[in-house]
Amino acid sequence: MRFLETNSPVTTGARSVSIRFRDLQIEMAHGAGGKAGRRLVEGLFAPLLYGNSPGPLGDAGIVDLGGTQVAITTDSFVVKPVSFPGGSIGELAINGTVNDLAVSGAKAEVLVVTFVLEAGLPSSVLEAEVRAMAKAAQAAGVRIAGGDTKVVEHGKADQMYISTTGIGRLIQGITIDPASVRPGDKILLSGPIGDHGITILLARGELDMEADLRSDTRSVLPMIEALAQAAATGIRWMRDPTRGGVATSLNELARDCGLGIVLQEERIPVHDAVRGACELLGLDPLHIANEGQFLAVVAPEYADVAMNALSLVPGGEAAQIIGEVREQPAGSVLITTSYGGSRIIDMLVGDPLPRIC
Amino acid sequence: MRFVDEFRKPELISKAAEEIRRLAGTDRHYRMMEVCGGHTHAIYRFGLKDILPENIELIHGPGCPVCVLPMGRIDDGLSIAKDPNVIFAAFGDMMRVPGTLGSPLEHKARGMDVRIVYSPSDALKLARLNPDRHVLFFAIGFETTAPSTALTILRAKAEGIHNFTVFCNHVTIIPAIRAILDSPDMRLDAFIGPGHVSTVIGCRPYEWIAKDAGKPIAVSGFEPLDMLQSIVMLLHQLKNGEAKVENQYKRVVPWEGNRAALKAMGEVFQLRPYFEWRGLGFISQSALRLRDSYAEFDAEQRFEVPGIRVTDPRAAQCGEVLKGVLKPHQCKLFGRECTPEHPVGALMVSSEGSCAAYFNYEHRKTALTQLSVA
Amino acid sequence: MCLAIPGKIVELMSSGDQESAMVEVVGVRRKIDVGLLSEDRPVPGDWVLIHVGFAMSKISEADAADQMRTLRMLGEVEGAMQEVQGYGLDSDRDDAPAEYTAPPITKAIQ
Repeated sequence: MRFLETNSPVTTGARSVSIRFRDLQIEMAHGAGGKAGRRLVEGLFAPLLYGNSPGPLGDAGIVDLGGTQVAITTDSFVVKPVSFPGGSIGELAINGTVNDLAVSGAKAEVLVVTFVLEAGLPSSVLEAEVRAMAKAAQAAGVRIAGGDTKVVEHGKADQMYISTTGIGRLIQGITIDPASVRPGDKILLSGPIGDHGITILLARGELDMEADLRSDTRSVLPMIEALAQAAATGIRWMRDPTRGGVATSLNELARDCGLGIVLQEERIPVHDAVRGACELLGLDPLHIANEGQFLAVVAPEYADVAMNALSLVPGGEAAQIIGEVREQPAGSVLITTSYGGSRIIDMLVGDPLPRIC
Repeated sequence: MRFVDEFRKPELISKAAEEIRRLAGTDRHYRMMEVCGGHTHAIYRFGLKDILPENIELIHGPGCPVCVLPMGRIDDGLSIAKDPNVIFAAFGDMMRVPGTLGSPLEHKARGMDVRIVYSPSDALKLARLNPDRHVLFFAIGFETTAPSTALTILRAKAEGIHNFTVFCNHVTIIPAIRAILDSPDMRLDAFIGPGHVSTVIGCRPYEWIAKDAGKPIAVSGFEPLDMLQSIVMLLHQLKNGEAKVENQYKRVVPWEGNRAALKAMGEVFQLRPYFEWRGLGFISQSALRLRDSYAEFDAEQRFEVPGIRVTDPRAAQCGEVLKGVLKPHQCKLFGRECTPEHPVGALMVSSEGSCAAYFNYEHRKTALTQLSVA
Repeated sequence: MCLAIPGKIVELMSSGDQESAMVEVVGVRRKIDVGLLSEDRPVPGDWVLIHVGFAMSKISEADAADQMRTLRMLGEVEGAMQEVQGYGLDSDRDDAPAEYTAPPITKAIQ
C-alpha cells in the first residue's frame, strides 16, 4: 500500500473531496501493482483517507511520536501456492513488511499479524507457515507482538491470507525523498530480478515447465544498513520492486521526481532460468515481482562506496548500478541496448500476461 | 541463449547498421513493410528504428491476429462461455481484448471461468481433467499457430474426448498481404516476410509478390541481426532493380514449408468463403473453419452463436494504419480516447499492434543525442 | 503468431499416439509436442523452434553458422572494393569505361 509521508497528524478532510476513481468494479488488475492499482490508491483511498493533498506516496508512513520519527507500514500476502521453492507465504509476510520499512529508511522492530484462514485448511499447513514466520522474524531481528485471526468459509480464501503491520525507527542519516533526486544520480539494484514471480508461476503447475529456480525472499535490511553506514547522505530514494517489478517502481519514481530514468539493458542482472522462462512465455523480467531486492537512487559521488559496502554483505555481491537519472525523458523510463537502440519501459496495467504473438 | 544471443551481438549489429546506411545512401526513400506483429514487436523491443537511417521507413503490417479479430467474434466466444458449465480457455494475448461487455479478464472478475493457456494442448488437458465441464478453446493466430490447433483436435478425436470445442479464428497471411497490395494508397517498396508463418507455409506462397507485384520480399527471422540482414538483402534487390523471394531465416524456414503441419491443417480445416478482418473489411478465402468431419469439435456447430457484428467507431482510423497509409500517432484518437488502457480500435488492444507498440515503446521518447551511461 | 524460441531436445517421450519431448532453454525444461515434426523426427541433441508448446521446425546449425559468417563479412568486401577504386586505375582515364560497376561478389556470399 502506498503511504502519505507526513509528520503532521493525518486529517481526513472528507467534506469536499472529489473521487477520481471511475472504474465500475474491482478487477484483479487493481491489485497487481501497476497503473490500475495506482488509480485505485490515488483516486479513491488517498483523497478520502489521506487528506486533501497526498503528495508522493511511499512504502511506509512516517509519523512523529512525541519527538521520535517512526515508520509504520502494512502489507497483505495472497499467494498461490502458499508454499514454493525458496519460501512460503509466512516468510513473505515477515520479509515483505521488514523490507517496506527498510526501503523507507527504517529498521523494523515490532510486527503484528492478521490471519484470514479458510475453513478446511489443514492445521499442519498452518503450523508450517507459523514456523516459517517465526524463523523469518528471528532472522530479521523483529518481535511479533500480537495478532488477530479470522476464519472464513471454505472457498472464501485461498487457504490463507496473511497481513502484517510493522513499526520501526528511522535509521540515522537517511532521508528518502523523490524531490531530492537529481540528474546524474545512479540507479542501484541489489541483485537478479524475476526469481520470485517466475518461481510462483512455475510452482502453480499449470505450465509443463520446470526450472532450478527459487524465490528470492529475504530481508534486505542488512544490505540497507550497510548502505546507510557507508553512504547515508547519498541515498535519495529507495523502493522494493514487488508486484509490477522494477519497471513499475522506476516509473513511479520518474513520475514523482519529474525526471527521466535511463537504464542499460546489459547491466541488469537476470538469472538464465528467469530469462529462459520469460522468453518462452513472452514476459519481460522488468515486470516480474521480486521479494528480496531493492532499488536505490544514490548520488554519483557515493556510488562507488555504496557498491563496495553492498559487496561485503552476504547476498549483496550481485548488486549493480543499472542506470542513471537524466533530465529526459521526463517522467518516463528508457532502456538502452549496447548497440544504441532504446525503448520506453512502461508500467503494466495489471498482471503481466504471457503472449504467443 | 543459443541461436538467440549470437544474433544480438552488438558489434555485428553496428556493422549491419553501417552497411545499411552505406547501401541506403541519401538519394532515395525506402518504404518497407514488416507484415508480422512479431516483427513489429521486435523493432520496438530492440530499438531498431534508432539505428536505421532516416530514409528507411518501416511500415507496420496487418499480421497481428489479435488486432484483426472483429469485436463481434470476441462477443460470440464469450456468449458461449456464459454457461457456467463452460470453461473459456485462451492465450494471454486475448485476455484484455475488449468485447462489447468487457474483456475475458473482466468477465472472469464477474464470475466466468476464464483460464489462460500457453498451448492448445493445455486447453485439451483442461478438458481431460474436467470431464463434467466443457472446455471452449478460443483459437487465434495465423498459419504459425493453426497446425498446433489442428493437431490438438486430431488428438482429441483419437482419444474420444467429447467435452472440447474450438472457436476458430485462425486467419491466413497471404490474403492480408494481397489486401495491402491492392489498396490504392499503398506505396511500398519491399516486404520483410513473416518468418514463423513461413516455417509452416514455406517461401513459395510469396512468389506472386515478387513476380506479379514486383516487390522484393525477404523472409526474416526475429532477432536484430535477422531483421537487419533482411533489410540489407532488400536494399540490394531494390538497388539492382530486382524482385524475388529470399529466405533470410534459412536456419529455421524450409523453402517447401512443413509438410506434416500443412497436412494436419488440411485434414482438420477448410477455408471460409470470407471472413471479416477488423480494419480491413471482409476478405475472401482468408480464414479457417473446421471441416464437417470434425464438427463435434467446432464450437460454432455445437453451440448457438449469436453472430454479433460490431463496427468500430468511424473516427478510429485502424484500417489506414493497418495498411501503412497512416502512422499510429496520425490517427485522431491516438493517445487521447484510444490508449492501451482503454483501447478503441484494433491496433491498440494487442501489445504488438502498431498503435500499442508505438504508444508503449516510442512516443514518449524525445530526441536523445547521447545515450552513453558511465 | 510469432513468438517462437529455440530449445534443445533433451528427452523424447511417447505415450501411445502422443509425441512429446522435453526441451531445455537455458536451464528451463518444458514438455512440448513434436507431432508437427513427424516427417523429420528430432532426436535428443537436436535444436528445435518452439511455438505454443509445439516444435515447428528443426534448427540447422550449419545454416546458422553460415549466416554468422555472412554477417561478419558485411561491408568488408565493399571496403576492399573502395580501396581498389581509390588507386585511380579506372574511371579517371579517358579510355576507361563510362561507369565502373562492381562485380557481383557480395551476392554470391549470401
